[in-house]
Amino acid sequence: MTFEVGSGLSIGVILATVILVAAMLIWVERRLLSFWQERLGPNRVGPFGLLQVVADMIKIFTKEDWVPPFADKFSFVLAPAIIMTVILMSFSVVPFAPGVGVVDSNIGVLFVLAMASLGAYSVMLAGLSSDNKYALLGALRAAAQMISYEVFMGISILGVVALAGTFNLREIVLAQEENGWYVIPQFIGFVIFLIAGIAESHRLPFDIPEAEQEICAGYHTEYSGMKFGMFFVGEYLGLVLIASLITVLFFGGWLGPAFLPPIVWFSLKAFAFIAFFILLRAAIPRPRYDQLMSYGWLFLLPVSLLNLLITGVIILSTS
Amino acid sequence: MLTLIKDTLTSQVVTLWRVFSHLWVKADTVEYPDEQPYMFPRWRGRIILSRDPDGEERCVACNLCAVACPVDCIALQKTEDEEGRWYPEFFRINFSRCIMCGFCEEACPTNAIQLTPDFEMAEYKRQDMVWEKEDLLIDGTGKYHDYNFYRVAGKKIGGKDKGEARNEAVPVNVRSLLP
Repeated sequence: MTFEVGSGLSIGVILATVILVAAMLIWVERRLLSFWQERLGPNRVGPFGLLQVVADMIKIFTKEDWVPPFADKFSFVLAPAIIMTVILMSFSVVPFAPGVGVVDSNIGVLFVLAMASLGAYSVMLAGLSSDNKYALLGALRAAAQMISYEVFMGISILGVVALAGTFNLREIVLAQEENGWYVIPQFIGFVIFLIAGIAESHRLPFDIPEAEQEICAGYHTEYSGMKFGMFFVGEYLGLVLIASLITVLFFGGWLGPAFLPPIVWFSLKAFAFIAFFILLRAAIPRPRYDQLMSYGWLFLLPVSLLNLLITGVIILSTS
Repeated sequence: MLTLIKDTLTSQVVTLWRVFSHLWVKADTVEYPDEQPYMFPRWRGRIILSRDPDGEERCVACNLCAVACPVDCIALQKTEDEEGRWYPEFFRINFSRCIMCGFCEEACPTNAIQLTPDFEMAEYKRQDMVWEKEDLLIDGTGKYHDYNFYRVAGKKIGGKDKGEARNEAVPVNVRSLLP
């Protein structure tokens, strides 16, 4: 079997790698957070605490998988499956390196946005089916946040799409080979996409749907065992996805000097963004709910529209 | 709008940089089982019963420690030997209740009960947290090396009559004052 785009081997390797990386992020995040807080973090299980992930997985798999009697069973079980599925689906269009990927879809960007919208259902179903007031509050917040942030998440990428002239993520990377990284002409788009991406993947400081201090874990309050684990890994998968997308759209994907193979360049760039997200968690406090909403609608949306308008004008006037 | 951008740059970005720069600050963590922390001599840890310099038990079973104990974890029974020394028949501390407050040490009139810097007292069975007198008694004098209660107290015991203690005058024979 050959290792090319869309082959079974390639799909298997990408699936395994992505899930493994997402699981390892549990350890990476705890380690990095602790370094920034002048601690050491988990370093007991295995070398440098690397096997902490294994210990956590054994723990989470052997936990009682309890469905509350008052919950709506079907959607309660369905919700964590949705978030894992949609985020893993989004990875199918991400070009990791030349010849490494699942699909070369010519609607790649749209597909990612569509899957991100479907992810909102997972959170809403989880909150509604739990029949718990904190879960419901979390679901309400998640729904409002995701709807508002998806709007300009899409608009902020449109500048890149307009410059590259394609929705195909692989071709967007190839277009950056000639024109330079799109972070330079689309810096505002990059910043907006970064903020929207954090909000989209419920990472701190925008983890308002699951704010532990206010609504005790929000939509997954009632979840335990592996169902909680799927939300947990789903969140890290979302983090990896957003980091990969930023790399692909704005930082030239696998492009880089030839002394390192392309996949290493991709991993390095993506990991830099993952580390940046963890740094955000370590440094920035969570805004109030209404602050987040008004910041999104009143500031980021007009700016992203303006960015798109100016990009369009420049493209039209130079062509 | 401009103030928002300015605030973002001056506040959020500076915050991010400050937190990031902690990457090259040495961690404060003491890696405990590999690296023992320094325990101060007067740390209030595991309780012991000390002996006086002659090797006898200091405890005179006065029960003051049991009375002072806020969680009632000390139980003891007084008995006496043929020389007239008081000592505890049993002395039991339930360390699953003990809060290491040190009130027993403060209450003790003979410096018998003392707290030590040892804090590693985890057990697998709860019953193992109950320590009897033979577990508590140590061979040494603890923190007070020269103190011997019976040498300074007026109590008469075998081999030491009234008036033979340190700084003690021979008791006045009241009958000698009679005319």
